[in-house]
Parts: sequence; structure tokens; C-alpha cells
Amino acid sequence: MNLNDSPDEVRPAASEAGLTIAGRTYASRLLVGTGKYRDFDETRAAVDASGTEIVTVTIRRVNIGQHAHEPSLLDAVPPDRFTILPNTGGCFNAKDAVYTLQLARELLDGHPLCKLEVLGDEKTLFPNMPETLKAAEALVKDGFEVMVYCSDDPIQARILEDIGCVAVMPLASLIGSGMGILNPWNLSLIIEQARVPVIVDAGVGTASDAAIAMELGCDGVLMNTAIAHAREPVRMARAMCLAVQAGREAFLAGRMPRRFAASPSSPMAGRIA
Amino acid sequence: MVSVTIEVNGAAHVLRAGRTLHDLIASLDLLGKRVAVAINREVIPSPRWPGRILKPDDRVEVVVAIGGG
Repeated sequence: MNLNDSPDEVRPAASEAGLTIAGRTYASRLLVGTGKYRDFDETRAAVDASGTEIVTVTIRRVNIGQHAHEPSLLDAVPPDRFTILPNTGGCFNAKDAVYTLQLARELLDGHPLCKLEVLGDEKTLFPNMPETLKAAEALVKDGFEVMVYCSDDPIQARILEDIGCVAVMPLASLIGSGMGILNPWNLSLIIEQARVPVIVDAGVGTASDAAIAMELGCDGVLMNTAIAHAREPVRMARAMCLAVQAGREAFLAGRMPRRFAASPSSPMAGRIA
Repeated sequence: MVSVTIEVNGAAHVLRAGRTLHDLIASLDLLGKRVAVAINREVIPSPRWPGRILKPDDRVEVVVAIGGG
């Protein structure tokens, strides 16, 4: 495998038709989270600027006795306008994750698409893969379409695909860290073998990170903090939209080989004097 | 008046005996809101709320979608 010199070899069948997940095709390859915004107006403005069609949300207990008449997230980001991807953020075992998504499915009128994440510990938020596999199996059996946050381990990714997950979503670096694409080689190994979309989930810090993920041949990028914690979230959402498109175009175009030596862009023949 | 004590989202909640899940959701001002409900970790679809009488020690969970990544 050659990471940058021959991207066409990585994914020869790459198409420009859009991102297809569980039989539905989305024009945008950017998926965004809805956490950490100042308010729902900012959330919606960022979502709109990002051009995303898939928006992830978290399921939590209602605050009893409070906020019954306050606006809700799904008023700002309505399910008839966006594909809502409920996630299991904050779940540390398979049982809680499965239960959370059963509630989410009820909340979203039976909608089966979900984002499974089972976390290992609070310090790293690294996925707990044994619990993730257990939950994925139970959810697929129960009819869910599971997009799964996972380690950037090609073997785990393959197992998740074999279980029937509709997308594998390896981390590029720790959730919320903004550290960028730390192991492009592992991501490439996953991309090379995958028969379902590979979406980088977690770690993107700025537009170039998103572009790099897409240039590697990822099918999409999911991010939250990189937009929400930018100085100007709405502007960063727009930047991410462009970066994902640019990275995808560059991947399809196929980058030039890296060379150690210089190579003049102007012909040497016919020089004056 | 006979009352029963249940748990709603982790906190004790006292109501009159014979009250249904529908009554509870109405009393919380959540009817018509986009919420999902489970009792004892079993999801109860809203058409079944009126028929589900709350029993002592039922653990009710009422959830919504909030911002997250």
C-alpha cells in the first residue's frame, strides 16, 4: 500500500455520486454533532453553513419539573429536514448503549439509523471494543442500522463490518482533542479493505484535518468540537464544508507522486540566453 | 387516598394509586413533546401509555434528544 502516491489503488471504485449509507445517498460527506454550542440558534446556523444532511444528537433524561416549555433541539434541527443520528455518547457498556438506542428509536418514530459509541474511560473516551462489538451484534439483530465509533484497528473494523454495521467510524485522535489525523496509515488500511463507508469520527481540529481524511479516501467525516469551539463556529462550519469537498475532489483527482528532487514546472528547452 | 411511590428519572415520585403512564406524562407537562419513555428498562410506545398503570417501585425513564457529538 502506498498512502499518498497512488490513491487510485486505494479505492478504484470511488464515485462522485455522494455518500451512501444503508441504501440512502447523501450529497454531503460531512456529518456534524450538536453539542457545545452557545444556543440552538448557533447550532442551526452552523448546521446550515456546514451543508450537512446528517446531524447527531444525544439521548438524555428530561429534567423533570423544568424546561417543559423551552425550545428543544429537534425544533432547531427538525427530523423532517435532517437525518437525525442518535448517539450513545456517555455509555460505558453495551447494555446501556443498546437501551439508549431503543429509547432513541422510539423518540424518532422507529428510525433505525444510529451511531453506536461505547466508551472505555472518561480520560481518553477511547472506544471499549469488546463492549462495542457486543452492542453492535445486539443492535443489528434488533434491526438497527449501526454506524459505529471504533478504534483505528483494521481487524476490529472488519469484525464490525462482518457483524453488519452500515458504516465504520474510526477515531483520528481522541474525541474533542482537535489533534487531527494521527495515524493515517491505519486509516488507510481500514479504507483499503472496507466494503461499507469509512467515516472519520473524532479528532478533527481544523479544515486541513478534514481535507486530509478525505484525501486518504475516507467516505466522510463526523465532527463536533472543531466547529462548535472555533472562535467563529458558523464560519468554521463553512470551512469544513469546503474542506471535505476539496479533500474528496483531491482524492478522486489523485495526487502527484512525492519526489525528493525538484522538477521544474517550466520547460528547460528554449530558454533565453 | 392510597398512593404509590415510583421512580422517575432517578428521583422518587409519589402519585395516586391507579394512575397510568399517560397520566404521569401529562402531569409532567410532556404530552405532545418529543419524548420516549421506558419502565424498568422496557420501552413503552406512546399508544400503550394509557393502558399502563404505574405500580409501586416502577422505574420510569423519560428521555429527550439534546446536543451532543
